[in-house]
Amino acid sequence: MENTVTSFLPVLACLASLAAVPLLLIFRKEIFMRELVTFGAGIAKFALVLAMLPLILEGKVLEYTFVNGFAGINVPIAFRVDGLSMIFALVASSLWIATSLYSVGYMRGLKEHAQTRFFVFFAISLCATLGVAFAGNLLTLYLFYEMLSLATWPLVTHHQDKEARSGGRTYLSYLLGTSIGFALPALIFTYVKSGGDLSFGGAAILAESDLGYWPGLFLLLGFAFGFSKAGMMPFHSWLPGAMVAPTPVSALLHAVAVVKVGVFCIIRVVTGVFGIDLLGRLGINLVLCWIAAFTVITSSLIALSQDNLKRRLAFSTIGQLSYIILGVALLSEHAVAGSMMHIAMHAFGKITLFFCAGAIFVACGKKYVSQLDGLGRRMPVTFAAFAIGAISVTGLPPTGGLLSKFYLVWGAAEAGQIALLCVFLVSSVLNGAYFFPIVYRAFFKPTPEGEATTGIREAPLACVIPLAVTAIGSVLLFFFPGTLLELTDLMVGKK
Amino acid sequence: MLEQLPAVILLAPLFGALLISLFGLRERRACFPVAFASLLIALASAIGAGTRAFTGGAYDYFIGGWEEPLGIGIVLRVDSLNGLLLIAIAVVAVLALIFTIRPSSEKDEGKTAYFYILFLLLCVGLFGITITGDAFNLFVLIEVSALTSYGLVAIGSSRRCKMAAFHYLLMGTVGASFYLLGVGYLYLKTGSLNIQDINTILATNAVVSESPGVTTAFILILVGIWIKMAFFPLYGWLPNAYSYCPSGSACLLAPLMTKVSVYVMIRVMLSIFGLEWVFGHPGWSDLVVWLAVIAILAGSIMALAQREIKRMLCYLIVAEIGYMVGGAWLNDPNLWGLTGAFYHILADAMMTLCLFLTAGIFFKYRGISEIADLDGIFKKMPLTSIGFVIGALAMIGVPPTCGFFSKFYLIRGGIEGGQWEYVAALLISSLVNAVLFFRIFEIAYFGKKPAEGHDHEHNHEHEHEHEAPAQTVLPAREAPLSALIPLLAAAALILLVGIFNGQIVELIRVAFEIPSTVVSNLR
Repeated sequence: MENTVTSFLPVLACLASLAAVPLLLIFRKEIFMRELVTFGAGIAKFALVLAMLPLILEGKVLEYTFVNGFAGINVPIAFRVDGLSMIFALVASSLWIATSLYSVGYMRGLKEHAQTRFFVFFAISLCATLGVAFAGNLLTLYLFYEMLSLATWPLVTHHQDKEARSGGRTYLSYLLGTSIGFALPALIFTYVKSGGDLSFGGAAILAESDLGYWPGLFLLLGFAFGFSKAGMMPFHSWLPGAMVAPTPVSALLHAVAVVKVGVFCIIRVVTGVFGIDLLGRLGINLVLCWIAAFTVITSSLIALSQDNLKRRLAFSTIGQLSYIILGVALLSEHAVAGSMMHIAMHAFGKITLFFCAGAIFVACGKKYVSQLDGLGRRMPVTFAAFAIGAISVTGLPPTGGLLSKFYLVWGAAEAGQIALLCVFLVSSVLNGAYFFPIVYRAFFKPTPEGEATTGIREAPLACVIPLAVTAIGSVLLFFFPGTLLELTDLMVGKK
Repeated sequence: MLEQLPAVILLAPLFGALLISLFGLRERRACFPVAFASLLIALASAIGAGTRAFTGGAYDYFIGGWEEPLGIGIVLRVDSLNGLLLIAIAVVAVLALIFTIRPSSEKDEGKTAYFYILFLLLCVGLFGITITGDAFNLFVLIEVSALTSYGLVAIGSSRRCKMAAFHYLLMGTVGASFYLLGVGYLYLKTGSLNIQDINTILATNAVVSESPGVTTAFILILVGIWIKMAFFPLYGWLPNAYSYCPSGSACLLAPLMTKVSVYVMIRVMLSIFGLEWVFGHPGWSDLVVWLAVIAILAGSIMALAQREIKRMLCYLIVAEIGYMVGGAWLNDPNLWGLTGAFYHILADAMMTLCLFLTAGIFFKYRGISEIADLDGIFKKMPLTSIGFVIGALAMIGVPPTCGFFSKFYLIRGGIEGGQWEYVAALLISSLVNAVLFFRIFEIAYFGKKPAEGHDHEHNHEHEHEHEAPAQTVLPAREAPLSALIPLLAAAALILLVGIFNGQIVELIRVAFEIPSTVVSNLR
C-alpha cells in the first residue's frame, strides 16, 4: 500500500513506559524521583503518540515489523497504527498521566505499602496496553493481551489480604481461562483457515475464506468470549471482583486500559479478522448483538442494586463495554463509528467517576452509596465532577457521551434493528437511574447526624486536580470532537 | 579433526568418568573440574557436529571404519534432528552440573566421585542414544543410560530413594527387554541392525514389511519405549524416582531421560519403520492419540492433587509426554504435529530443567518441599522466583516462551489432522497448568496467612519474628551463584528457544522432508 509508512515510533511509544521500570527500581527509596520518573515516562509516551497523530490524520498507516519475530509460524511481531489504534492510544496514554498524579495523591494519602511495585507494574501494564493498540497482527495482539493480564494481577491483588486474594483468583481464572480456552484456539483456527495469515493490514483475514455459518459463529464467539476483558456476560464477574484493587488501578485499568483492550480486540476481530462483509453475509453478527444487548440491560439492572460505589461503577462499565460491542456488531457505518468513539467518551466519563469514588474514600473513608448523604456540600469539586461523569456516561449534553450514543442509536436505525435501538434507549434510562440518585443524595439530602455539616474538606490536591481535568475533558470532547471524528471516519471510510 | 567430532561427544564424558574413577576417589575436589571440562568439550563438539549437519545435511561416522552394514557395526549418524538434541542435552547437562558444585547433604558421605562418574556415564548414554545409527547399539546405550540413572536415583541417602530406584529398575528393565525383543524380531525378518539398512529393506521388500513379524517388532519396541518414557499408564516408576532422588540427579534426569525416549520413538517411527509404514496401519494413529489424550488429562489431574513441588512437576512430565506422543502420532498432512512434538522435546527439556532447578533450590537452600511452605518466597528469593515464574509461564504456554510455540505447532497439527480431542486436551492441560502455577504464585506472593486490611508492614515484621528459627538455619536469603547461574540460564534459554523457534523448526523440518546423506569416510 502506498499510504503505509515504516516508522519506529509505535515501538518507542510502546516501550516508553517499560523503559521507566529500571529507573523506578533504582529510585525505589527516593519517592520524589520515583514519581518524577513515572510522570516523565507518561509524558514521553503521550508525546510519542501525539507525534504520530498528524501522519495518521493524513490517512497514512504507520507500520513496523520485526522481521525475525516468530519466523517459524511466519507471523512476525508487527506494529501497525491506524485510526482505531490512535483513538485508543491517545486515550490510554493521556489518561495515564492523569492517573499518575492521582496515584501519587491516593497512595500517599492512604500510606499504601509497596508503592514501587505498584508503579512498576502500572508502567508494564501501560506498555502492554499500547502494545495491543498498535498490534499489527493477531499474534502480537494476543501476546500483549496476555502480558496485560499477567502484569495487572499484582495491581489487583495489591492489598495482599484475603479479599485481594480471592479477587485476584477470580480475575486471573476468568482472564487467563478464557484467553487460553477460547481465544487461543480461535486464533490458531483462524491461522489454519487463512493459510497462515494473521496480519491486520489490507483486507480482513478471513474475507476470502469459505467459512460456513456454524464454524463462523463458533469462531466469532470464541474470540468474543475469549477476549473476556470486554466483560461480556457470562464472563463478566472478574470485573466486580477486581474492584478490590486500589482505586487508581480500578480507574485507569478497569475503566480504560484493560477493559478497553477487550473491546478493542473484539472490534479488531470484527473488522480485521472477519470483515464487515463476511459477517453480514453469514448473519452471525446478530448473535453477538443480542448477547451484548442482554449484557447491557442485565448489568444496568444489577448496577441499580449495588450499594458499594465501586461495584456499581463496575457493573455500569460492563454495560457500557457491551454498548461498544453491540455497536460494532451492528456493522452499519455509524454504529461502528459510534462504538469507536465510545471508547474515548466512556473512558473520560468513567475514569472521572472512579477518581471521585477514590477521592471520597481518601477524604472520608466512605465506600457505600448509602453513606454519601449530604457529602456534596463538603466535597463540592469532587461531586460536581461526579455529576459531569454521570451525565457523560448516561449520554446527555453537554458531554462527549451524547455524541457516541447518538452515533450508536443512528447506526442501529441504519441497520434496521429497532429492537436493539430500544435497548440503547432503555439502558440510557437505567444509567440515569443508577447515577443520579447518588448526585441527588450528595447535594440535597441532609447530612446524617454526628457528622460535620459545614466546611469544605476535599481529598488531597493531587487527587482533585486529575478528576477535575478528566471531567472538563469529557465536556470538551462534546464541543471539540473534531480529531476523534476524523479518526473514526478514517476507519469507517476505509472499509 | 573436525570430522571426528561425533566421536568426541561420546569420548569426552567417557574419559572424564574414567579419570574421576582413577583420581577422584582420592582427591574429591578434582571431580567437579574434570566433569565440567569433559562436558564443556562435549558441548563444543556437539555444537560443531550439529552445525555441520545443519549446513551440510546428515552424515555418517563409522567408528573404526567398518562401513558394511553387517552384524553389529558401530555407526554414528548426525542429522539436523539429533544435532539439535545433542546440543540441548549438552547444555542441560552442563547447567545441571553447575548446580551440583555445592555439595548437598546426600553427597557429603564420600559419594562425590561416584555421583560424578554416574553423571558423566549417563551423559555418554544419552549422547549415544541420540546419534547412534544402529538399532542394537541403541539398546545398549539405552541400558547404559538406564543403569546409571538407577544409580543416580539410589545415591540419595534416604531409604525411600533405594525403593524408588528399585522400582525404577524393575520397570526400566522390563521396558528394555521389550525393546530388545522387538529388535530381535526385526533382525530375524530383515537380517540387519543398521537403522538405514532396515529402513531400505522395509521400504523395498513388501513381503518383509507386510509380515506380522515386523508388526510385532514395532509393537514390542513401542511398548518398551513407552515404559522408558513413562507414557500413561506406564508411568508408575517416575514420580517416586524423580521426587525422592537428590536434587542434583533430578535436574539431570527429569529434563533428559523421558525426552530422549520420546526422541527414540520418533526415530523409530521416522527412520527405522518410516512414517508411511507406521501410518499405513489404519486406526493406529487414532488409538495412540486417544491414549495420549488420556495421558495428558490424567497427568494434569494427578498434578492438581499433589502437595509437593517435585511430585507435581513429575506428574506434569507425564502430561507433557502425552503432548509429545500425541503430537508425533497426529498423522496430519503437513507433519506439524511431529514437528511440534520434536520442538517440544527441546522446549520441555528447558522448562523441566528450569522448574526442577527451582524445586532443587527451594529444597536445598530453604528446606522446602511442600507447595504450602513457599509462602512469601517471591520476596525472600526474588531472583529464584524470576526463574520459577518464567518456567511456569512456559508450562502454561504464554508467549514468547517456548511453551507457547510448541503448543501452537501441536494444536496446528491437531486442527489440520482433524484430531479435535487432542486439541481440547492440550487446552485443558494449559488451563490446569495455569491453575497449578498461579496457586503457587498466590502462596509465594501473599504468604500463608494473608494480612487483614492495610497494616501490612506490621504484619510482615511479625512474620519475620515467627520465622526467626528457620532463618538462623538458612542464613543465605538468595540462593548462591552456583544455583542461580544455571537457573537464570535455563530461563533465558526458555525465551531464546521460543524467540528463535523459526530457525529451530526449519532445521527439524529439513530432517523430515529432505533425506540427503553426506557420508564421511574415515579410517
